[in-house]
Amino acid sequence: MGYFDSFSDFIRMGNHGVFVWSVYGITVFTILGHWLGLRLQKRRLVTEMQRLKKRGQL
Amino acid sequence: MAFSMTPVWRWFHRWTSPPNFYRIARPWALGLMLVGGVALLVAWIWGLVFAPEDYLQGNSYRIIFVHVPSASASLAMYLSMAILAVISLVWKIKLADMVLRQCIPVGLTLTALALISGAIWGRPTWGVYWIWDARLTSMLVQLFLFIGMWAIHTAIEQQKLADKATAILVLVGFVNLPIIKWSVDWWNTMHQPATIRITGETTMVWEMLAPLLLSMAATYCVVAALVLYRTRWEILYRERKTRWVQDELGLRGQA
Amino acid sequence: MMFLLRREWLLSWRRRSELINPLVFNLMVVALFPLGITPDPDELAVLAPGILWVAALLATLLSLDLMFRYDHQDGSLEQVATSGTPLAALILAKILNHWLFTGLALTLMSPLLGLMLNLPISLMPLTLLVLALGTLVFSTIGAIGAALVAGLRRSGLLLSLLVIPLYIPVLILGTGSINAALAGVSFVAPLSALAALACMALALAPWVAAAALQLSIND
Repeated sequence: MGYFDSFSDFIRMGNHGVFVWSVYGITVFTILGHWLGLRLQKRRLVTEMQRLKKRGQL
Repeated sequence: MAFSMTPVWRWFHRWTSPPNFYRIARPWALGLMLVGGVALLVAWIWGLVFAPEDYLQGNSYRIIFVHVPSASASLAMYLSMAILAVISLVWKIKLADMVLRQCIPVGLTLTALALISGAIWGRPTWGVYWIWDARLTSMLVQLFLFIGMWAIHTAIEQQKLADKATAILVLVGFVNLPIIKWSVDWWNTMHQPATIRITGETTMVWEMLAPLLLSMAATYCVVAALVLYRTRWEILYRERKTRWVQDELGLRGQA
Repeated sequence: MMFLLRREWLLSWRRRSELINPLVFNLMVVALFPLGITPDPDELAVLAPGILWVAALLATLLSLDLMFRYDHQDGSLEQVATSGTPLAALILAKILNHWLFTGLALTLMSPLLGLMLNLPISLMPLTLLVLALGTLVFSTIGAIGAALVAGLRRSGLLLSLLVIPLYIPVLILGTGSINAALAGVSFVAPLSALAALACMALALAPWVAAAALQLSIND
């Protein structure tokens, strides 16, 4: 596949696999983290405001 | 000021009003995220699967498709933040403060990502994770500056005060950045480290350059989308007491 | 301006016991390095410029917090701001005063500490000059940081976070010029760069600090 001879070659990346894949993993993780964090914050705001609403403080 | 009466100004003011921006930012954020996400995926597959191996560094160079985009985007982020800080301090546009506030976490992440990917890249290339190279060091200082902005904004409770203090800090840091960079460069040449330059005279072949440029463009799109998403959140949060936000969150229908 | 300087001087003099603390701190930090790294005089001589600078930097950080604290608490900042005296002038007076009581004091201490670290005596004049210049920049840039956090109750650590990155060029140029002299090369370049930095900081920082201080006064 592509430049590499086999899939296992692709994963190994000539003994540099650990470095390459950890970098890409961290990157995906941070993008997802931003997205999830934002969703969580928004949900928290909505529940908090609903709570205030019920108590008539809004 | 006479300028404030012109139609252009009035239009600008209406355009930057939080409810309006909240509305128009949504399709932009969505579009940029889609385009950027797909382009990033293509660039990564291109770079990871199809681009040839570097004859000096082997496959470890494939980290470049994360490292260079995040480093360049973090610098671009700092520049835009300085512009936003000027807009905030001179024209007192509320929206600029909100965008600026949400640029901080994104810029912090980008700088950290550039540093971490660089460190991981350093291990197979230089044999060590970290060297006090001029680039790494000034990037580290940039990380400190981002942390400082974040810290002062969270420390000051009064919103307006926090915004202005952060804007001043951004500008001070921005003026300092070239001085820091220059001094670190000078310091580094004095130490003369025995390292391989990453960006040497070796010109990149097209098969490597093309996915790199694509990954950079894609990263810029994703970053812009993230800032827009975050700004929408900031607008919601700051205007949570207003009627339109409560309508938006579907809180007014139920009683 | 002379009046402002005199006022600052008197106020500081009244709190002189508090101003000793950074100096003692400086001495203690310097003492930590040989204990932590090596007591070997030859190795210490190489490390000495760096140790002196880091200790002076930390000691300055410790003292910055007080720059506007009392004036902010008792409302005299507001009085000055409304009396028509330009805030920048007051800040310049505070910077110079802070340098006199902290920076200059730290500088005068440095030959003694240098001796303890086996720094060659022939380098003492240069060390004095460079430290005097560098601590002046420390006080000047520090004023911006202190002004930004003036309204906060607990600000010591935050202040350090803000100011340390801005101090890095001073640290580099300061240690750089002593190290250059130690290695027997010309130290003119870093020294003049440091002087340029001091001029620039002195010209700009009072205005920026005034803008920052205005924020916390207005509210």
